[in-house]
Amino acid sequence: MNERLDAIRQEILDGIKEKANSRATAFELRKQFLDSKTGKIGQLMKEMKTIAPEDRASFGKGVNELKEWALEKFTELDEKMKTLELDLRYKSEKIDVTMPAKEICTGNLHPITQMRNQLIDVFAGMGFEIYEGTEIENDYYNFTALNTPADHPARDMQDTFYLSPEFLLRTQTSAGQIHVMEAKKPPIKILSPGKVFRSDDDATHSPMFTQMEGLVVDEKITLCDLKGMLDVFVKKIYGEDTTTRLRPSYFPFTEPSVEVDVSCFECGGKGCKLCKGTGWIEILGAGIVNKKVLENCGIDSDRYSGLAFGIGIERTAMLKYGINNIKLLFESDIRVLKQIDDN
Amino acid sequence: MLVPLSWLKDYVDIDITPQELEKRLFDCGFEVEELTEVGKDISNVVAGLVTKCEAIPDTHLHVCQVDCGDKGSFQICCGADNVYEGGVYPVALVGASVLMTAKDHKTVEGVMTIKKGKLRGVDSEGMLCSGTELGVSEGMYPGAGYNGLLVLPKDTKPGTDVKDMLGLNDWLFDISITANRPDCQSVFGIAREVAAALDKPVKMPALDYTETDKTLDEFDVKVEASDLCPRYIGHYVYDVKIDESPLWMKRRLALVGQDPISNIVDITNYILLELGQPMHAFDRDYVEGDRIEVRRAHDGEKIVTLDDQEYTLDSNNLVICDAVKPVALAGVMGGLNSEIRDTTGEVLFESAKFARDNIRKTARQHGKSTDASGRYAKGVDEYATVMAMKRALHLVEELGCGKISSTHKDVNTGNSIEPHEMKVDIKRVNDVLGIEVPKDEIIRIMKNLDFAPTIEGDKLTLMVPAYRGDMENYPDVAEEVIRMYGYDNVIPTFMPDSKVTMGGLNNKQKKELRLKKALCSTGAYECIHYSFFSPSDLDMINLPEDAKERQAIRILNPINEDMSLMRTTLVPSMLAAISRNQKKGNLSGRLFEIGNKFIAKELPINDYPDERETLCITAFGDDEDFFSLKGMVEKVAETLIVDFEYNAATVPFLHPYQTAEIVCDGEKIGFMGKVAYEVSEKYDLRTAVYIAELDLKALVKYYGNTPSFRPISKFADENRDLALVMDKEISCGQVEKVIKDSCKAVGDVKLFDVYEGSSIPEGKKSMAFTVTFEPGENGFEEEAVDKYVKKILKNLNFHLGVDLRA
Repeated sequence: MNERLDAIRQEILDGIKEKANSRATAFELRKQFLDSKTGKIGQLMKEMKTIAPEDRASFGKGVNELKEWALEKFTELDEKMKTLELDLRYKSEKIDVTMPAKEICTGNLHPITQMRNQLIDVFAGMGFEIYEGTEIENDYYNFTALNTPADHPARDMQDTFYLSPEFLLRTQTSAGQIHVMEAKKPPIKILSPGKVFRSDDDATHSPMFTQMEGLVVDEKITLCDLKGMLDVFVKKIYGEDTTTRLRPSYFPFTEPSVEVDVSCFECGGKGCKLCKGTGWIEILGAGIVNKKVLENCGIDSDRYSGLAFGIGIERTAMLKYGINNIKLLFESDIRVLKQIDDN
Repeated sequence: MLVPLSWLKDYVDIDITPQELEKRLFDCGFEVEELTEVGKDISNVVAGLVTKCEAIPDTHLHVCQVDCGDKGSFQICCGADNVYEGGVYPVALVGASVLMTAKDHKTVEGVMTIKKGKLRGVDSEGMLCSGTELGVSEGMYPGAGYNGLLVLPKDTKPGTDVKDMLGLNDWLFDISITANRPDCQSVFGIAREVAAALDKPVKMPALDYTETDKTLDEFDVKVEASDLCPRYIGHYVYDVKIDESPLWMKRRLALVGQDPISNIVDITNYILLELGQPMHAFDRDYVEGDRIEVRRAHDGEKIVTLDDQEYTLDSNNLVICDAVKPVALAGVMGGLNSEIRDTTGEVLFESAKFARDNIRKTARQHGKSTDASGRYAKGVDEYATVMAMKRALHLVEELGCGKISSTHKDVNTGNSIEPHEMKVDIKRVNDVLGIEVPKDEIIRIMKNLDFAPTIEGDKLTLMVPAYRGDMENYPDVAEEVIRMYGYDNVIPTFMPDSKVTMGGLNNKQKKELRLKKALCSTGAYECIHYSFFSPSDLDMINLPEDAKERQAIRILNPINEDMSLMRTTLVPSMLAAISRNQKKGNLSGRLFEIGNKFIAKELPINDYPDERETLCITAFGDDEDFFSLKGMVEKVAETLIVDFEYNAATVPFLHPYQTAEIVCDGEKIGFMGKVAYEVSEKYDLRTAVYIAELDLKALVKYYGNTPSFRPISKFADENRDLALVMDKEISCGQVEKVIKDSCKAVGDVKLFDVYEGSSIPEGKKSMAFTVTFEPGENGFEEEAVDKYVKKILKNLNFHLGVDLRA
């Protein structure tokens, strides 16, 4: 009797060794022995009644031991096959990781929009609202109210496109200042980004470009506040080590007026090609709002004072990204637009 | 403006280097755009005496022995025709640097270093130089203009460096003057600032002269247009001897690039540079009636100016006339008829102030910009007008080129040229700056600037010089103080006393940014194009004569015709952008722009036009089709949380059968479609281009839309596929609408197949849809979906004659 059990045992061992090469064949093999109805071990149990009563106990024990043993073997086998199959699957899915990435097609905001958003972020945090004026302005808002009367030489500083004797393409976003100050009482903190136009078209000038005007009107605003605010601004945009320098200049709508330079962020102020060896880069014009401009808007200039600054967005973007020609910004060459993704 | 250092030194003792002076000027508001050393390319050139000069046979050359004093004696070959034994010439020694000229000996081509060499086999150690080779013009040194050697005085000591005697040891400051400081448009004006910055006194130019008893009683000045000419000073000078000016004067004119002409003319030019006051001299013989009249020109009146150009004038132009005709275009240029000639014996000098905008406009109108018109346009003060006449008469006397009569005419409108008093609170000044500038510093600075300050408690009293028309109030004083005290003293603060304000984008601005980002997510790049376009753009896109897009606002003074109209559609700029891209090999891509269309209420405009924010979207390339663009447009609808409907439509520049109008809530808000082939050809487009334009201004009212939540049923949706047969003309949109309207439970209707051909009758097509039914809170009742489908099919058949495909 024991020989039969041993034979089955051997048969299982041989089967595992020779026939099982996957989970499916292993399962088939298992069924051959362990299926409760048709399995060879199951069949042995059916033979119980043909066994002499005195041998039944030992036979039953032997069969049960065999069944336990077989179960263990087949579980082991299944685990082994599982590992084997997973391994094969992984191997079959081997890739060349150096092959090119799949392109995820998203576009970009225009570099001017990106720069504009970055500037807005900085000043929004300081409490500036955003005001967008109109591209077509009348003479009063663009010039006269900004202390630039008709005979003023400053009108020559900006070659203006006229649409009628009274209407023109705004030459500066400062025009927006007046609309805001007419409509609003201090404290005022606005940022006015937009397209502006000057009759200039050469290698370094575009007849249309983008400015961002900032205006603060409140009690006790001083030149020190202007410097303090611009210091914060340049550090956020050009890096923490950047410093500013004010130098005298002239704009009709501010008095005193200053040009603001930043320490060259390329060379740190030692002098390089970007800063033409000076260590400084001119980035914006600013000043204390001219008393007359406040008065033109009905604001009490004895009580309130203001500061204003105007940033050229193209110039800021060109400096930041190293774009060498302003015209590139208006030509919509996809090869250019693709490169600037900084938002 | 060019200012020679040597000239500045006439008025201020400058004891710092040119580089330090550049820095000081910069700090107080005068940027030096360029600082040039006049003789920077010239070195090691000394005077040499030719002791022996022999012709080299069969050449034009001479071999010379040249004594260069302590530098030695050298044999030098020379090709010039004016080399003689006993002559003294500039000698560039071996190792010297001089200018290199072309074959014509006149055109400068660079800088060269002199080496030992051989000419026609003869050793030559050095070079005898021409004026051109030393960068010296005739004005800088007499004879320097000759195409040959520059001849030096015989008594020049051999070996002496020539740079000093030729005026080459000098510096030129090219200074930019801000528009508020017309008083600094002159050497003397800058000298006043330099003196203030260096804490030095300023030395006045000599203004004295002696009048004779002679008069010209008939001489009369009449200013008719006193609004345009607040001051006109005339003076009669006789016994004039026209000759060359002295070297010092010619050299100064030459240094700043002016050709010396003759003593009288040079005096007027010199004063313009020195004092910033344009002057003019008329030959009395040609001023008929001894009468000067300042008036507006008659319409059509003509004048020929000194440069022999004829101009036709109108009443916007101011002219100086004699008794019968114009003799000068005021403030711009004198007339040819009364110019100073070699024969001139009597002169009428003019020093006047004209209205700056009038001169600016006249100069512009006639495209004639001169040094004089430039000065006048920025503003000339009467202080300088008066001073200039005195200076001119002084120079006439100094140069000995005429006698000063006692006929002096001064027609004015009563403006004072004396300083006027101005009182300011020091506290106010410091409040502008945010720092406390010590009182004694304020006094020092204002004194240096010639404001004769006095202080009493907090009150500062200033005597404002007449030439400082820019000084009006305490902020101006604050600026004067801080630019001299130094901006380095401004301490950064961050609005310690200000109220807190709320900042950031408003809802409209936020939504617009989201819209741009959503479009980027479809693979599109944002573009920005000029707000103007060309009249030809309107033709390029086939717009009919009466198209509203042709009602564009014109720029009166465009740079060129291509940039002369304000955009009424964004399409042409976009097509041009695609064309440029395709020319450079970017054959496919997606782009969008948000910009304004400008819609005039009437033309020409006399009110603000409607600036309509507009979105233009495009997809181009072989892989794109109408529906890929439609996907981008749908992205817009999704972002704005609105529904768009699309109806077949026609647009002049789009494909007649691939164009739709876009409708939102019953309002037409845009169009989209494939660019028509004939337009495509004109723009040289190499692939199919799909373009849409949407009126964002009409959509602004939806910017506040927010997503609203729909409860999700705990039961699953059920889908049914319906293959339908219908007439070819029936659109997908029509079928979708009937399906949706038939039953509330219909959620989504999605087309998944269109088929024509065998098994479909002629003139018919099959469209297959997946219809999704949403179960609602309690799930579907038994066989509910089948009932819905039946109802849908019934409605489709009733409204559109659609059948279920067999």
